[in-house]
Amino acid sequence: MARKLLLNHVDVPGINGFDVYRQYGGYRAVEKALRTMSPDDVVEEVKKSGLRGRGGAGFPTGMKWGFLAKPEGVPRYLVCNGDESEPGTFKDRYLMTKIPHALVEGMIVSSYALGANTSYIYIRGEMMPQIRIVERAIAEAKAAGFLGKNILGTGYDLEIYVQPGGGAYICGEETALLESLEGKRGNPRIKPPFPAVAGLYGCPTVVNNVESIAATVPIINEGGEEYAKIGIERSTGTKLISASGNIVRPGVYEIELGLPVEEFIYSDEYCGGIANGKRLKAVVAGGSSVPILPANLALKTAKGDARLMTYESLADGGFVTGTAMGSGGFIAFDEDQCIVRNTLNFTRFYHHESCGQCSPCREGTGWMEKVLHKIEYGHGDLSDIDLLWDIQRKIDGNTICPLGDASAWPVASAIRHFRDEFEWHIFHPEEAQTRNYGLAHYADPLIMAE
Amino acid sequence: MLKVQENMIVEFSAPLLERFAEVVARYPEGRHKSALLPILHLVQAEYGWLSVDAMDKVAAYLGIQPIEVYEVATFYTMFFLQPKGKYVLEVCRTGPCCLVGAERIMKHIETRLGVKEGEVTADGMFSWRGVECIAACGFGPVLQIGPEYTFYENLTENSVDKLIEELRHKAETN
Amino acid sequence: MAEEGKFKVTIDGISIDVAPGTTILNAARQIGGDIVPPAMCYYSKLEGSGGKCRTCLVKVSKGSEKDPRPMPKLVASCRTTVMDGMEVQNITSPDVIEARKGVVEMLLINHPLDCPICDQAGECKLQDLGYEHGAEQTRYEFERRTFERIDIGDKIQLHMNRCILCYRCVYVANQLTGRREHGVIYRGDHAEISTFIERALDNEFIGNVIDVCPVGALTDKTFRFKNRVWFTKPVDAHRDCPTCSGKVTLWYKGEEVLRVTGRKDEYNEVEDFICNTCRFEKKHTADWTLEQPTDVDKDSVITANHYTVFNPPPVIKKNPALQAANEEQLSRTERLK
Repeated sequence: MARKLLLNHVDVPGINGFDVYRQYGGYRAVEKALRTMSPDDVVEEVKKSGLRGRGGAGFPTGMKWGFLAKPEGVPRYLVCNGDESEPGTFKDRYLMTKIPHALVEGMIVSSYALGANTSYIYIRGEMMPQIRIVERAIAEAKAAGFLGKNILGTGYDLEIYVQPGGGAYICGEETALLESLEGKRGNPRIKPPFPAVAGLYGCPTVVNNVESIAATVPIINEGGEEYAKIGIERSTGTKLISASGNIVRPGVYEIELGLPVEEFIYSDEYCGGIANGKRLKAVVAGGSSVPILPANLALKTAKGDARLMTYESLADGGFVTGTAMGSGGFIAFDEDQCIVRNTLNFTRFYHHESCGQCSPCREGTGWMEKVLHKIEYGHGDLSDIDLLWDIQRKIDGNTICPLGDASAWPVASAIRHFRDEFEWHIFHPEEAQTRNYGLAHYADPLIMAE
Repeated sequence: MLKVQENMIVEFSAPLLERFAEVVARYPEGRHKSALLPILHLVQAEYGWLSVDAMDKVAAYLGIQPIEVYEVATFYTMFFLQPKGKYVLEVCRTGPCCLVGAERIMKHIETRLGVKEGEVTADGMFSWRGVECIAACGFGPVLQIGPEYTFYENLTENSVDKLIEELRHKAETN
Repeated sequence: MAEEGKFKVTIDGISIDVAPGTTILNAARQIGGDIVPPAMCYYSKLEGSGGKCRTCLVKVSKGSEKDPRPMPKLVASCRTTVMDGMEVQNITSPDVIEARKGVVEMLLINHPLDCPICDQAGECKLQDLGYEHGAEQTRYEFERRTFERIDIGDKIQLHMNRCILCYRCVYVANQLTGRREHGVIYRGDHAEISTFIERALDNEFIGNVIDVCPVGALTDKTFRFKNRVWFTKPVDAHRDCPTCSGKVTLWYKGEEVLRVTGRKDEYNEVEDFICNTCRFEKKHTADWTLEQPTDVDKDSVITANHYTVFNPPPVIKKNPALQAANEEQLSRTERLK
């Protein structure tokens, strides 16, 4: 059995309440950090753990904390990013529903480390039930003396508030989230300055994902070095993976980083294989914005090694033959799925969610959607594929925030790996309306260069 | 520009204003604009949608300019600027849900309710619309119903029918 | 090494020492000439502007003397400050030219291209940009986004189809007028400049939204369809105005003042923001003290048939005989007019 650090007690009845959570060792990390460690010790411990941001970018959390500016007399803020909206990702919703106190405990430890006395948890507005759950958990923690003035008699004060979003994917981008938290449109800010210097209300701010914050609890409890023993290379610890698509057992799984992709898909401990006895066609391994891979490249790298669930292994081969860990939104496609249709769907999503601030993303996402729509509905020309390629290239890297890149990568990777399917749509427009292209060679073993 | 067909004049009740004050207290001195989104949610939960008058009154309450409220309310998808049905069925229409049949469910809801996306049924009871990923991909197809955003997972045609019946029943008995 | 307290930055091989905190774009403007990146949304007099249109993207091939690593992506030169020893490529980088061409294409796919009936034609930055960087043909084959024309106030017309969402007019309302009535509503490619509900913009300085608009989205209704700008003659003038500096440009057709604008520099930015009274009410020569013909960039269409500043082409410069002949020729042409 793999080790579980976040979801180890998830099945205990009543774990979403304070008493049961406490009974199972909850809030020990707060006691340990506030009573026996200095804020810098906590930061040091997180650095040692090698924890990388679980929201998608994978930036080392300890290093991010180290960048926080600490001018005299200016408040500092910790803001938790619970705006989970990346298609394929639903781990934070799960975590907040099942063990809200893990988040609250992590918030207290992290706020202490950063010297924040007011912290906000920004949760997307559609997660109203989760907002209620987390608000209740905060109230319970406060009643038990873990929040408020002079926590545990240590002299440390902290208040945590929940802020609802209003329905905008872009607010998952940290500066857009801060704008939204300030009561404005979720337009990402132009960087620099980075939030570590001028974030919420112009004060130094750290924005961390729900899972990253929750992960600080086991790191403090067991020590950073212990945490770093799990996993491979620079991918340490455990990670929540949201598994969806055509698999037998969709859901949220906590894995030790380093698990082979093949085992994750086919083992009964995790996804349990492809549903209805079908075969695997393609995988999106880290949420809709990371490159989609055909089955053969998802299971093995271009060099022929087994592909592992680590930041490094998933990125092996760059964007040519690899992908990225992203937020851990694992979507499996079976042989009956149409890549063109799915790419259209994802592109529609990015078009719908573009904030409209900068021109390549505002205009380009809509353009790509229209071209893909044309191909999917049987009016495509062969030149449209090249046009699509060119549009995505003009968006990628030229926008204010990563949404532009996120809209470009799925299109680029779909064309790169599934060009034959696009061409088939164009050459057989009528047939494409009635059936799918199928598996083709996507699941066949890779041809290795001698 | 908005074609205002209907404007609803509102008067915030004392309990509602109390909740506004609770929200405003969460932010540092002078940063009360942060309360805008939570307050708009409260107003929408109370009246079902955000009329121009309601938004103007929120602006007056927070001491900001009305356009600042319009800018925000139009940016976020959760805010309704036109009256909607009592129950708005919001079905996820993004990738992972479509892999497991969300498009079929939306078509079914359309025929079942007999109205197109965004329209209101004749009895004013239902509206439906497709929304982007609501972070429940493992349990798709899914739909949510405001203002509490209750969640319905692993939808089938039958479960949708049953849900619509239940809601209708609930509305009639209330 | 740079001067004491200054940073040395090299743009397309030309070095300059600038004060710390200067942006790449402003450093380039200090050098001047072809290496200045175009800017559609940045406006030096409006705080917070810039970063949105992405036309000023440049490549930073060397970060600084201390950290010479190049920046991984192209950066918006209007919002990126220089570091000591930074090396920047603008027109010398094929990547930049390619990206800029892409941005221009994006800006144009939903633009109506109605220049023949647009009052801004001739002084439109998007026209210039399209001319310099755009492709001759569009690859966009879908219906363009359209909005209805609306009057915001009795003197200003908003033609949203032409808007490139630079946000400049929003900053003007925020920073020059106490009260903002218009803003950006909706999002993505549905975003529009609007008052949301019918409301007239009414403020003594709101007319400046016309001057800052880089395209023909906000135009002066008192000048609407009166004339093409290249048939009018700009003249600098001033008056003793109680509200603003009173320094303006008058646009003449014959004896008649067709419109009044702020005085614009070579980057199309006004020297001083002017008030509505100066802009809309004072349309008689008697209202003004005339100074001189406005200095217009010689490449601008506005100089056509106007005040000719004789700039002999370089090849003639070397040959005094030819130069004299050319001047003779020029004076004859002038006499014939």
